[in-house]
Amino acid sequence: MFEEGTRLGMKSAKVKRTFAENYRVTTVEIDHAMEEANPGQFIMVWMPGIGEKPMSIGNRYPLTISVANVGKVSEAIGKLKAGEMISFRGPLGKPFAVEKSFRRILVIGGGYGVVPMYFLAKSARENGLEIVSVIGGKTGKDIIYEKQLFAVCREVYVTTDDGTRGKKGTVMSEAETLISSKGFDCVYCCGPERMMQAIALFCEMHSIPCQVSVERYMKCGVGVCGSCDIGGKTCCKDGPVFSGEDALKLADFGKAHHDASGKRTV
Amino acid sequence: MSSLDSRFFGKKVKNPLVLASGVLGVTKASLETVCDNGCGIVTTKSLTPEARKGHDGPNIVETECGLLNAMGYPNPGIDEGLKEFAPWKRKDEALIVSIVGKDKAEFGMLAERIEAAGKVLGANAIEAVISCPHTPGYGMMAGQGTPECVCDITSAIKEKTKLPLIIKLSPSVPGEVKLAKSAEDAGADCINMGNSLGPGMKIDLNRKRPILGFGMGGLSGPAIKPIAIRCVYDIYKAIDIPIIGTGGITNGTDAIEMMMAGASYVGVGTAVYFRGPKVFGTIAAEIKDWMEKNGYSKPEKIVGAAHV
Repeated sequence: MFEEGTRLGMKSAKVKRTFAENYRVTTVEIDHAMEEANPGQFIMVWMPGIGEKPMSIGNRYPLTISVANVGKVSEAIGKLKAGEMISFRGPLGKPFAVEKSFRRILVIGGGYGVVPMYFLAKSARENGLEIVSVIGGKTGKDIIYEKQLFAVCREVYVTTDDGTRGKKGTVMSEAETLISSKGFDCVYCCGPERMMQAIALFCEMHSIPCQVSVERYMKCGVGVCGSCDIGGKTCCKDGPVFSGEDALKLADFGKAHHDASGKRTV
Repeated sequence: MSSLDSRFFGKKVKNPLVLASGVLGVTKASLETVCDNGCGIVTTKSLTPEARKGHDGPNIVETECGLLNAMGYPNPGIDEGLKEFAPWKRKDEALIVSIVGKDKAEFGMLAERIEAAGKVLGANAIEAVISCPHTPGYGMMAGQGTPECVCDITSAIKEKTKLPLIIKLSPSVPGEVKLAKSAEDAGADCINMGNSLGPGMKIDLNRKRPILGFGMGGLSGPAIKPIAIRCVYDIYKAIDIPIIGTGGITNGTDAIEMMMAGASYVGVGTAVYFRGPKVFGTIAAEIKDWMEKNGYSKPEKIVGAAHV
């Protein structure tokens, strides 16, 4: 009777360990193997009495999330201690597509957008692909997952706006050089939306396939409530991963968001 | 050849399927996607005078054959909302603007705004929800489920607008036939028989807590279909204005059953969860298929067929 998979079951497991990535991001490893999770997908994390928020999956086992402290739910997740219980549903959303013919990919992460990109790089490496990555942030303290990426990538380029770590400049300038000079089968990207828009446009210009992972205020996580609308598509079900080509067609991409009430914001 | 072409208050629409309010419909682009995916009539998220963030999450949880939800009417408020949905210019699909107020004065004010937006907005009807089972200050939790209250709200809206008015009732409120009749007597143009049923609750065994952020929520999906069918069947006997039958419709035969019970239009909501965003076109094709196999040329010939 129902063609679509239903994945709303709430699961609970114990926190294995937590550690601070930097001044505002905490990584939480959960004693749970989410075998069915693929890079680009997310889970909805439930903190009873506080709320529920979407979190990018950073690893299958142990199930890993890295949480930036931006609100009451993420703050509560960041305070969890090893042995405490955490609840979640997922994996949800459309993952990155890695075609069998791909040999060499470019993985770009801006800020904490690097979390799903590490998961992608790691699984692509396990499948024998060669990965080059670019990560960037405002300042040195914003660079996370650098060591992990070194372990699975052929090359890792780091940029910061103020030059306190890696090359001074933006992810974009480094990425442009790489995209135009070296042969990549696909470019994958997660970070600030204007950066992803610029990369999608640049890839289009150079006829290189590109995939981006977008973020929107989310409530149901399963494509029903419409809160995470992005130009008529649901970020939670149609996305969060879109091909660069599709993303550029979405009227809101790089332009507009909606807050919890649905009010349009810039 | 069967055709699903229908009329919705003077507008020709491609089929009698209605996107139920609260499902998708946060933006005009979202409503247009629902139209592109095969729906003939679409309903906006319910608008209130001021912006509402809605309840804390989780907002939705799956149960046996259905969903429990407690959204809490998130919406950007009537002014932002009307700006978002205007102008509605689709040729083959109609727009219903859903409103929800705490009392007749609020409903009247909301209707006045929509009337003022007039042709710029291009709405085909207003739907007033007086039946939410899980939001304090609204619907059931504000005691709006009495014939007097329904009559007052209907009159207050009709005073302010010439647009066709749909009154949305709930299967959770007893006496739905009396409520539908009082809405009709007060000038309503259509009844939407169907909202989520409840409130209900689901408790997580590991956390020993209700899962929904609001604790309780409205049940929707196949689990409530038999109740929605029975409500529509009973109301059809009592009133002459058309009925939108909403509740658990997931496939073409569900829709046919709802029409036989007396619905001229069929609401679809939770089916988006079970069968994906293209479910409207799929259900429309299934209805057409059934009509062709059973020798029906027009949907209106099925409406009320279960009544002798």
